[in-house]
Amino acid sequence: MSRIQACFEQLNTSGRKALIPYITAGDPNREVTVPVMHAMVEAGADIIELGVPFSDPMADGPVIQKACERALESGTSLRDVLAMVAEFRRRDDRTPVVLMGYLNPVEAMGYETFADACVSAGVDGVLLVDLPPEECEDIVPRFRQRGVDLIFLVAPTTTDERIRRIGEAASGYLYYVSLKGVTGAATLNVEEVASRVETIRNLAQLPIGVGFGIKDAASARAVSRVADGVVVGSALVNQIAANAQRTEAIAPAVAAVLADMRSAMDE
Amino acid sequence: MTERPDYKAFPDQRGHFGQFGGRFVSETLMAALDELETMYRRLKDDPQFQADFDYDLAHYVGRPSPLYLAERWSEQLGGARVWLKREDLNHTGAHKVNNTIGQALLAKHMGKKRVIAETGAGQHGVASATVAARLGLECHVFMGEEDIRRQRLNVYRMKLLGAEVIPVTSGSRTLKDAMNEAMRDWVTNVDDTFYIIGTVAGPHPYPMLVRDFQSVIGREAREQSLKQAGKLPDALVACVGGGSNAIGLFHPFLEDEGVAMYGVEAAGDGVDTGRHAAPLTAGRPGVLHGNRTYLMEDESGQIIETHSVSAGLDYPGVGPEHSWLKDIGRVNYVAADDQEALAAFRELTRVEGIMPALESAHALAYARKLAPTMSADQNLIVNLSGRGDKDILTVADIDGIEF
Ligand SMILES: Cc1ncc(COP(=O)(O)O)c(C=O)c1O
Repeated sequence: MSRIQACFEQLNTSGRKALIPYITAGDPNREVTVPVMHAMVEAGADIIELGVPFSDPMADGPVIQKACERALESGTSLRDVLAMVAEFRRRDDRTPVVLMGYLNPVEAMGYETFADACVSAGVDGVLLVDLPPEECEDIVPRFRQRGVDLIFLVAPTTTDERIRRIGEAASGYLYYVSLKGVTGAATLNVEEVASRVETIRNLAQLPIGVGFGIKDAASARAVSRVADGVVVGSALVNQIAANAQRTEAIAPAVAAVLADMRSAMDE
Repeated sequence: MTERPDYKAFPDQRGHFGQFGGRFVSETLMAALDELETMYRRLKDDPQFQADFDYDLAHYVGRPSPLYLAERWSEQLGGARVWLKREDLNHTGAHKVNNTIGQALLAKHMGKKRVIAETGAGQHGVASATVAARLGLECHVFMGEEDIRRQRLNVYRMKLLGAEVIPVTSGSRTLKDAMNEAMRDWVTNVDDTFYIIGTVAGPHPYPMLVRDFQSVIGREAREQSLKQAGKLPDALVACVGGGSNAIGLFHPFLEDEGVAMYGVEAAGDGVDTGRHAAPLTAGRPGVLHGNRTYLMEDESGQIIETHSVSAGLDYPGVGPEHSWLKDIGRVNYVAADDQEALAAFRELTRVEGIMPALESAHALAYARKLAPTMSADQNLIVNLSGRGDKDILTVADIDGIEF
């Protein structure tokens, strides 16, 4: 059983929902990331989404755009991100790690090399924002064979037919984008999310994480009532940005936001 | 020998030109692209839609644009007879308007009240603002801060036309970043907004529909050549930024095997310096802005900054059909640097009394080398994609002149 599947099953038995933080790897430098990952787990994170910085993050709002710029400035490449996961695994063999990013760095490395590198680093899943299922029919099996989950987005605009197709290509979980917009955008409408999640459940057999627009404990709690997982990104990256000059303050600041969300979700 | 491909059959159903093209966007946009494709496939063969398009091109844009024999310049170059396809004479001053007329018609059919566009040189922004004004649509144009400085005349034109120009401050602050920002806007406002992409790049169906709208250039040129020169041309030359004016000229000639084709990229300071905008000449395949194509990127797949004196060529990617035409060997891709383009700009202005856009000057710079290698009974057509008025401040800057 994959780490991601095991994670959701265990949460299920204990009646809890997954808290899934996102940070951009290498933001603001390469030394910060692994300690922050451990701190997030201690604060209650169940799965970590680690952003691979890209020069042209088309689906991201200003907060994560800036995070990418800081990470690239500090020289973070896809290889470095993989090395960070390997380092994280030395102390944590349980928490699933998902790499989230854009396709081109993976294209540059080559799919075969990348899939192998994921396995040896201990990466559990990959979410490539600009890779829809139509464009990766020949790629899916390479990850499947190696036990690396490919995670796909479902949007408010996704038709039922596409949800079915995405459900077939995906494994691990589905990531429902709660609103039309970029990361860090306005607030989400919980009722709308609830009804969409219901639709997705009827069309695909995977746990559903919801992200975009989750800013604080209240929104995390509200979403956790209707979904299997809560993805939070910009709210954490804001903490990193605010402390970019005092990097020792980053882990506690990020952990504090997460701990708040965790207790609100578990109430 | 491999069989000649059926060029008209490309892209395939999913928007691929061989390994290039496709639709690499985040999930939110998939439905909008499906909707656009369905609408386009329906309207493309609708005689009324074609008639509306042709009417606008004739009466609003001023088509057909002349095919002009540059006699004095040809004589000076001493070789082929050089003809200029005069897209500079179009309303708004460049080929870009052919495409915005077409996409605005699509927007109208789809009931969208707001259009957005990205722009580099400002020509596509102006052409978008123009059609938006004419149809009473709200228009937002995304433009890199660096380009706003270089092309301030066009920025003011867009404002006069009622468009809002939104400065883009991320990344390299040029065309690619403007395109990122336009995509972000589109994701957010996808219900009421039509994204008018300015070149043959972006996700499927854009490379296909922009090509189809721009192909009027090549269809006219082919007919005009037969009539005026009595035969098909021997060579075609066009500059390549995203590649819309080039594909527009080339596409109707692809099956004419005797017609050689040259796409001219911007070599900036020189291809060897790394400071250029020539992905077909010096890049490799990757994925950006929704399609797989040749890109300028570093070893780890990050897009690198481009450089060109001409804002309209300052783009790290290129339309996927060009990547395919390069790989199958149908079109030759070459490059001209800033100095060569500026020299050609000055030369055409002085010898023919035609001031070309700096983008088009790259095509002229290559034609200047090619023509002397050809014989006097051969014909070469250069796509004069736009006029140089917008570049006067840039050239004056280079000359150290202040107004
Ligand atoms: C006059 C002119 N020519 C050429 C271009 C380059 O675009 P494309 O390669 O799509 O024709 C531009 C772009 O702004 C332009 O304004």
